[in-house]
Amino acid sequence: MATEILMPALSPTMEEGTLAKWLVKEGDQVASGDVIAEIETDKATMEFEAVDEGVMGRILVPEGTEGVKVNAPIAVLVAEGEDAAAVPEAAPAADAAAEAAPAGSSETAAPPAQPITPVVPNEPDIPAGTEMKPTTVREALRDAMAEEMRADPTVFVMGEEVAEYQGAYKVTQGLLDEFGDKRVIDTPITEHGFAGLGVGAAFGGLKPIVEFMTFNFAMQAMDHIVNSAAKTLYMSGGQMGAPMVFRGPNGAAARVAAQHSQDYAAFYSSIPGLKVAMPYSAADAKGLLKTAIRDPNPVIFLENEILYGRSFDVPVMDDFTVPFGKARVWREGSDVTIVSFGIGMTYALEAADALAQDGIAAEVIDLRSLRPMDTGTVVQSVMKTNRCVTVEEGWPVASIGNHISAVLMQEAFDYLDAPVINCTGKDVPMPYAANLEKLALVTTAEVIKAVRAVTYR
Amino acid sequence: MAARKTTKKPNVSKDELLHYYREMLMIRRFEEKAGQLYGMGLIGGFCHLYIGQEAVVVGLEAAANEGDKRVTSYRDHGHMLACGMDPKGVMAELTGREGGYSKGKGGSMHMFSKDRHFYGGHGIVAAQVPIGAGLAFADRYLDNGRVTFTYFGDGAANQGQVYETYNMAKIWDLPVVFVIENNQYAMGTSVKRATKSPSLWERGAAYGIPGEEVDGMDVLAVKEAGDKAVAHCRAGKGPYILEIKTYRYRGHSMSDPAKYRTREEVQKMREERDPIEGVRQILLTGNHATEDELKGIDKEIKEIVNAAAEFSKESPEPALDELWTDIYAEAG
Repeated sequence: MATEILMPALSPTMEEGTLAKWLVKEGDQVASGDVIAEIETDKATMEFEAVDEGVMGRILVPEGTEGVKVNAPIAVLVAEGEDAAAVPEAAPAADAAAEAAPAGSSETAAPPAQPITPVVPNEPDIPAGTEMKPTTVREALRDAMAEEMRADPTVFVMGEEVAEYQGAYKVTQGLLDEFGDKRVIDTPITEHGFAGLGVGAAFGGLKPIVEFMTFNFAMQAMDHIVNSAAKTLYMSGGQMGAPMVFRGPNGAAARVAAQHSQDYAAFYSSIPGLKVAMPYSAADAKGLLKTAIRDPNPVIFLENEILYGRSFDVPVMDDFTVPFGKARVWREGSDVTIVSFGIGMTYALEAADALAQDGIAAEVIDLRSLRPMDTGTVVQSVMKTNRCVTVEEGWPVASIGNHISAVLMQEAFDYLDAPVINCTGKDVPMPYAANLEKLALVTTAEVIKAVRAVTYR
Repeated sequence: MAARKTTKKPNVSKDELLHYYREMLMIRRFEEKAGQLYGMGLIGGFCHLYIGQEAVVVGLEAAANEGDKRVTSYRDHGHMLACGMDPKGVMAELTGREGGYSKGKGGSMHMFSKDRHFYGGHGIVAAQVPIGAGLAFADRYLDNGRVTFTYFGDGAANQGQVYETYNMAKIWDLPVVFVIENNQYAMGTSVKRATKSPSLWERGAAYGIPGEEVDGMDVLAVKEAGDKAVAHCRAGKGPYILEIKTYRYRGHSMSDPAKYRTREEVQKMREERDPIEGVRQILLTGNHATEDELKGIDKEIKEIVNAAAEFSKESPEPALDELWTDIYAEAG
């Protein structure tokens, strides 16, 4: 009886991986627990063990193959004496993924692997004719830190697993090799402590980059972020402050449930003394992080685990930065303004694509930084479109969308032809079950529905 | 508390003794004045007086070099005066005036001086502890030979972040002296009711940090312990803990009636262990100073404190547009 061996999911966000190496060949005996292959995930290279025993009948995916979808058959195991040659060729690996997905997910299309190209490449920070290079968000963030560390010896990075492990999400990969353990520092698991220590180091003349493995853990450090970092400049009458960056993944990843899936955008954006950036694209991730490191104030830099692996064009420039407080218009349109930031942009842009096919032209604005926030660009856009939908992953109460709605009421009331709709995550702790998790998150379908509501179409 | 052990150390000069006397008296008179101004409604909010604990900061400041740093909690007036901050600027901050160290925007609990390497003045119990280690981290990173004095109370000693900090401070051998000012009451809870640990400094052993208990009513003992701790840090051996047994005569804050201890307990401490009286006796019995000389110092200090009080009343309230300044630093 032949058994298919499927490409395993080896991290919560893994959708595909590279079959780096086969450690067995066709005809080899395989026992349960034997390491049969090495698989590169979005985070690390993992050993893959056999579950069943038998003889390796046929290897379906040769080593070195990239982009092998989770759950695609990669080999066939046969019982001893069974004829391996009789095993039929499996369907091509790439097509098999969707069929094997859990039932609950079949209603929603998988997010696209590649970002949607902006209809208007409105990027005022990049000179025309600049060479562009496809880069993942993960690499862009690493490059930003490396460039700033080369430029300023007082910049250092500290956090859990940032050095020898090369980053829990590989964002700090290679930094230890280049900068050494004086400037790339593994901490014990002690968020409250190392956040406070980082603030002290900033008071003492350094420019710390404090990485939280995820922002969920920064709840333990909230006192130092808010009371120590954000307020000292004011409390000292301008004598001293905390020039530093708190960064790490924020928001829902995939199937990690309530305590590991929370969007802190609105939380931190309400604190005077903090700056808050939340990039969507790799170029913005790089340009905003460089700006954050240079900023003389504490900056909350909210990344996203799902976006880490996405590739975007990043300009090849000696010193590319993106200023805070300047939104980017990804797409121009006259019928409705969709405002989003971070991973919310995925839904905003997907919705705009779908709506365009129905003749609704959406203008899509990426806020990029939330504090300071470029509400001027939003107001200008709404004066043209007369309608607005906001999109974010966070909760609905006291959300960023609420704030934008209030600004629009005060500054563009006479221009609004419909109430602003805030598309947000649902007002529940994040559930674990795949189908419930999908319900809890904001979706492209909800954005489309909201746009139809405000445009009465 | 044990009976007084030390009297005059043979290696302590007249000048040193007079310095300690003057510095401690300055803090006491300043705090008495602050108490008065509070009673008159000129100082608002919380105001935590340092009376009784003067020997701790004066002894340790005598062990510090120029450029060394210090950070403490909200009971911070004594630390600021001892490290050389101007009494006028401190008092004017207490009254919330433009001439205060934080332009009136910080108040009693939140004051800073970059010039005097005083990093606050922190209102959240124990938050200054990792911050102090961070200052020491910066000094080690910059390799400048500085030491940071990180002060906290017996109440703060039960906060988890203290032990997170001990752990990191030892891993990286940071040049930080952890000073536990054990005044025996965390607000109204006596240290005996808050922990079964026989001593607070010994907790450092779990992290590999040495330390010792010090008589905090004896400025000479504090100075000696401070010298030892600082030498340990400067030699690159990492952190050191001083648990300084001290006593505050006043309530936790101005609004605390201090019903959790007896009047007799306070009175006994004042009569038998007062740190200023201790140095005064050494000065007089050792014929280092006459009553008249000491009276002269008293008068001089009174004038300085009165001038600070006057300044704190005359300095205007901050301009209204100060509400919107110092929230963000400008780049460059």
